[in-house]
Amino acid sequence: MLNFKTPDQPPLVSLSNAGVRRNGRWLVRGVEFSVSRGEIVTLIGPNGSGKSTTAKAAIGVLKPDEGRVERKPGLKVGYVPQKLSIDWTLPLTVERLMTLTGPLKGREIDEALSATGILHLARAEVQHLSGGEFQRALLARALARKPDLLVLDEPVQGVDFTGEIALYDLIKAIRNQIGCGILLISHDLHVVMAETDTVICLNGHVCCRGTPQMVSQSPEYLKLFGSRAAQSLAVYSHHHDHTHLPDGRVQHEDGSVTEHCHPDDGHHHAGHDDHHHDHPHEHEHGHVHGPDCGCGHHSRLQGFDGKEKSRV
Amino acid sequence: MFDDFFTRALVAGIGLAITVGPLGCFVIWRRMAYFGDTMAHSALLGVALSLLFELNLMLSVFIVAAAVSLLLLLLQRRGALSTDALLGILSHSALSIGLVMVAFMTWVRIDLVGFLFGDILAVSEADIDLVWGGGILVLFAIVYLWRPLLASTVNPELAEAEGLKPERAKLYFMLLMALVIAIAMKIVGILLITSLLIIPAATARRFATSPEIMAVLASLIGALAVTGGLFGSLRWDTPSGPSIVVAALGLFVLSLLPFGRRSTGVVEHSSHGGHH
Repeated sequence: MLNFKTPDQPPLVSLSNAGVRRNGRWLVRGVEFSVSRGEIVTLIGPNGSGKSTTAKAAIGVLKPDEGRVERKPGLKVGYVPQKLSIDWTLPLTVERLMTLTGPLKGREIDEALSATGILHLARAEVQHLSGGEFQRALLARALARKPDLLVLDEPVQGVDFTGEIALYDLIKAIRNQIGCGILLISHDLHVVMAETDTVICLNGHVCCRGTPQMVSQSPEYLKLFGSRAAQSLAVYSHHHDHTHLPDGRVQHEDGSVTEHCHPDDGHHHAGHDDHHHDHPHEHEHGHVHGPDCGCGHHSRLQGFDGKEKSRV
Repeated sequence: MFDDFFTRALVAGIGLAITVGPLGCFVIWRRMAYFGDTMAHSALLGVALSLLFELNLMLSVFIVAAAVSLLLLLLQRRGALSTDALLGILSHSALSIGLVMVAFMTWVRIDLVGFLFGDILAVSEADIDLVWGGGILVLFAIVYLWRPLLASTVNPELAEAEGLKPERAKLYFMLLMALVIAIAMKIVGILLITSLLIIPAATARRFATSPEIMAVLASLIGALAVTGGLFGSLRWDTPSGPSIVVAALGLFVLSLLPFGRRSTGVVEHSSHGGHH
């Protein structure tokens, strides 16, 4: 897999200290990361933590109010948005959806539909598709463009667990075939795609970042997910130096409480960034959880049932 | 060449119906029916201004309709009130300001009913030139803008992310709407313009399998409604504008009848036949 990465080339997109502000409130701030060819970056974080905002800033749909977002000139993006509802009055078949933003050859359409396993649905109206089929159609559309950068905002939402693994396998295959960079937003706080190179946990800012731990290396997770899932899923365990209290204030590792957690508060230390974990089931939290601290650390592992997605 | 007033009405009406078909589809897909109404209502303000400043009527209506739509865009950006409420405010204020202004201008006598409901039987050959000239311009623009407009109808962020310019397409679309309203006012009148946009497009949905087919069908169904309405109005001596709308409604109701439903329905029925 490493041969896909080309560190010599400039990244496809890079954000430095990027922030987006709406109605006097920072949706997300101080975001730093980049995506290069062949690299998979996964954004995780609780609802409202700025994942989609960050992705939109990365592809130029939102302009950053501070910091910089740099894209490779002529960058070709394939985008699967988080929410997409097509009005019933619009007669749109899967085939026609494929050429929504640009022309494609019939062969390219068929290839993309075959790759996502929905070639038989080419002539179906998109409004008649199930949630999983629709996600596959959107993915097929984005990848048929042969993009440099594929941005997938919760691509496995509404897809059952088996479908989720299949979609992750598919995303991996896409990366391996066309070598594009992939920015993936996961609805899950702990379980990410195994092929992910970098996990970035957001909560209004970058909480932490690191590499995921293969599920297959941990007997506990192996038992939980099964051996087939273990090849596609990975676990990201968190290390936060502060927690967001219910009243919006922030409690830090040293027990102090402040109004904000932005880098300029002086509570962030560069040393906390890249790290690895040996024990995925033991969260190395340097902080105390409030009654509902919003960091979501409890959500998945206590009673894993995939219900997280149904709240979307 | 069009000596007969009836032939002139027919030619102008069909030209207009063909022009508004594709626009009407976008109005439906983007749920902008009330927006179309607002722009149409503001046309009366355009009429009043054209009388006051002795401007060309069509130009003045176009400018006011375009200005109202830009104003709406600005107010939407502020996000204080819902689009619904903003449209309600703009629509009826523009209509009322127009009516009040006309009332103040005691030196002019205008046929209000003619502006509200149109007078297609009074179209001149110059009007026909405007309808067809403007119509061809609008259709060319729609073809040119088709992809960005359709993509941003599905999802503006998707269109933006993949290099189309949804905001620009939306702006051009609003200008095209303003142009169509300026052209259509004389033919179907301010109060009935939106029906000519919406009803044929809604009728076309039932039979369309792609956005492009729906646009073409909407044009054809509109032309059929104009023809039927005009012949009906001649036969029963009814007002022409409303007759066209009634004919369009008739076609819409026909399209709701459950004949010739898609074959899948039939297959489904037979396969489940044993359960009945």
